[in-house]
Amino acid sequence: MTTLAYLIPVALFLGALGLGGFLWALKSGQYEDLDGAAERVLIDREDKLDC
Amino acid sequence: MSCCAPGAEMALDLVNTGSVLPSTQEIRLASRSLGDDLRQTDLSVPTVHCAACIQAIETALGKLENVEDARVNLSTKRVAVRWRGNEVPPFVAALGRLGYQAHLFEADTDAKDKVLSELIRAVAVAGFAAGNIMLLSVSVWSGADGATRDLFHWVSALIAIPALAFAGGIFFKSAWNALRHGRMNMDVPIAVGVSLAYAMSLYETVTHGDHAYFDASVSLLFFLLIGRTLDHVMRERARTAVKGLSQLAARGAMVLRGDGARDYLPVGEIEPGMQLLIAAGERIPVDGKIACGTSDVDCSLVSGESTPRSVSPEDTVQAGVLNLTGPLTIEATAAAKDSFLAEMVRLMEAAEGGRAHYRRIADRVSALYAPVVHLTAFVTFVGWMAATGDWHRAMTIAIAVLIITCPCALGLAVPIVQVVAARRLFENGIMVKDGSAMERLATIDTAVFDKTGTLTLGQPRLVNAASIDPAMLEIAAGLAAHSRHPYSKAIAGLAASSSQNKFDKVTEHPGFGIEATAAGSIWRLGRRGWAGWKARTGGEGRHGYGGTVLTENGMIVASFVFEDALRVGARTAIDQLHNAGLCVEMLSGDTAKACSEVADVLGVDDFVPCLLPSGKVERIETLARDGHKVLMVGDGLNDTPALSAAHVSIAPATAADIGRNAADFVFLRESLLAVPLALDVSRKAGHLIRQNIAIAIVYNAVAVPIAILGHVTPLIAAIAMSASSLLVIGNALRLQNSRQSSPAKNVRRDRRSDITKLAQSS
Repeated sequence: MTTLAYLIPVALFLGALGLGGFLWALKSGQYEDLDGAAERVLIDREDKLDC
Repeated sequence: MSCCAPGAEMALDLVNTGSVLPSTQEIRLASRSLGDDLRQTDLSVPTVHCAACIQAIETALGKLENVEDARVNLSTKRVAVRWRGNEVPPFVAALGRLGYQAHLFEADTDAKDKVLSELIRAVAVAGFAAGNIMLLSVSVWSGADGATRDLFHWVSALIAIPALAFAGGIFFKSAWNALRHGRMNMDVPIAVGVSLAYAMSLYETVTHGDHAYFDASVSLLFFLLIGRTLDHVMRERARTAVKGLSQLAARGAMVLRGDGARDYLPVGEIEPGMQLLIAAGERIPVDGKIACGTSDVDCSLVSGESTPRSVSPEDTVQAGVLNLTGPLTIEATAAAKDSFLAEMVRLMEAAEGGRAHYRRIADRVSALYAPVVHLTAFVTFVGWMAATGDWHRAMTIAIAVLIITCPCALGLAVPIVQVVAARRLFENGIMVKDGSAMERLATIDTAVFDKTGTLTLGQPRLVNAASIDPAMLEIAAGLAAHSRHPYSKAIAGLAASSSQNKFDKVTEHPGFGIEATAAGSIWRLGRRGWAGWKARTGGEGRHGYGGTVLTENGMIVASFVFEDALRVGARTAIDQLHNAGLCVEMLSGDTAKACSEVADVLGVDDFVPCLLPSGKVERIETLARDGHKVLMVGDGLNDTPALSAAHVSIAPATAADIGRNAADFVFLRESLLAVPLALDVSRKAGHLIRQNIAIAIVYNAVAVPIAILGHVTPLIAAIAMSASSLLVIGNALRLQNSRQSSPAKNVRRDRRSDITKLAQSS
């Protein structure tokens, strides 16, 4: 019983964290171009490495 | 004709592209201000398909002057360009150089899809709640009791509150709407079941009872929301794909003021009496009379006529006609709201009616189902009250009946099949506007086709190429490359590779043809009477009368015969429709001769030529009165009223905007085989839907007696509900596996070329 007293809040907190993360990602437009995101990893970035 | 000169330089920019590019004024009109001098323009680029495309486009556009940044969205095939300053950067031309056709995208329709994000958020919340409550419920089922069980129930009740308020809100709203209008839909039993289950569970929790149905009410919402979200995504995808096609109606026009000033005005602000400059390759925005200039115009979208018409001053032209060869100055005779296009919209609205009466299968089933369920629960309550007198027990069992009959499987039975079917059609380049379209398509017994642009491509094809001297054909092709007249394009396309002919001077005479000089002789390609000025029509019998000829110094050296090319797969498509037991008819605005040729080749049962738009509607209404369910396939503005009058309608992607909006299905590929495929998939889907409903009913027939006898525990309810839902989903997925082998593969291989063709032709 005592273990439950903190295990349940911990479980709920972790779940809520995931839910919050998902809602944040949704709001910041990260699900708007799923096909594009999959292809974009193939693009070489033109970073200048001469530092 | 000095007054036409201003239009000519505008035409020059367009010459090389072969299709209509939006002018800079049009782009400016369609862009939207982001404040602070920054403007955003959305372009639809249908041929973007991989990482290399993304990079090429973003780099090229980013290098243009005044362009702040450009971002490609691969899912919607769109590019958003943000730019500054007064001058519109030449991004459409830049894309053209890279080989991408770009179309302007309506700025005002670009509002973000609020419904989808609300649905996804609801799914996320419901999923979170369902997962956590199920975790606690499993502990209860596996033996937790006493204070632990009460604690778990209380925690579950707390988690369920946000899920019901947020995710359940969607169902409550819809149910309330239906009830308020005296209707019944699937959401009514869902809303009642879920809220009663929650209320009873809360009561049980307060009174330290054994059984709480928090898990049932929340996971029910979760499952149903998944189905609903998938359904929405599918339809939204089809909608944006259709929206992304090029706009065929003109957005505005260059107005010539009395003092010689030129203004680009949006269509809505054009008034009768204004002088409009129409460059070659532009569409005429409003009805008008030609004030000066001669040209050929393509009326195929407006009247269904397949051959271009030549026009000269005093001729009248309708809105939507495409100006092909020479610049024109027209005097507007009607405002946009009184033009031909607006007339079509009115006819269309008048014709809409038969379709509005159609009730979706799900609604028909739920109208029967919901009262039966509620009555069963009520009878159970009364029965147990009479038998035991224990109102708490009677209430518990009645609510258990409601929960077990809550139409989880029934709610999924229809949408899941339609989602799978729509996905299959989407993969084959067919967009479905909504699920009821498939239900309606499955019931048809007559298919009616438009001719120009639907059974045929609306583009002429040279038929006597084999009998023409190859050297002459090459000269003709060299000349034809300088014109955008459809006949010229047909000739030029035939010998595109080696046009090495050096002509000294090429001029196009709108309405007549092309003239060039080479090595001392004058070559002309065009109308017989103009090109063959030395030839006596009587003496040149070998080449026949009329038509298009190539002449050297006025003597006819070759004549060309054209025919409207049939759409790919037209013959096979009609055969397949016949095999499916349909009657096939053709309605056209074109001449009887042109119609009978096409009808013979394709094996069409019956045709009616020379029809006005209202005539097509009448014909369809006559068929409907005779008890036929009619499918209309058409593309022109003149088909639009017929498209909405028919029981269900299909349009090719090259159709006029308004036609695409009126149609239930839009197919993106060139082949007409899309029509029998859509029919086939719809019929299979209809079959699976009925199977699914049967499964749901059988499930209820088994589960309801158990519930009425009072043997249902939350565990049994959870198992029964999940099992029936999985069964229904599994059954729906069979549609995807059936016969997906050969056609899909072929089609995928040439998808890119199809899209390119589509973009070029539109």
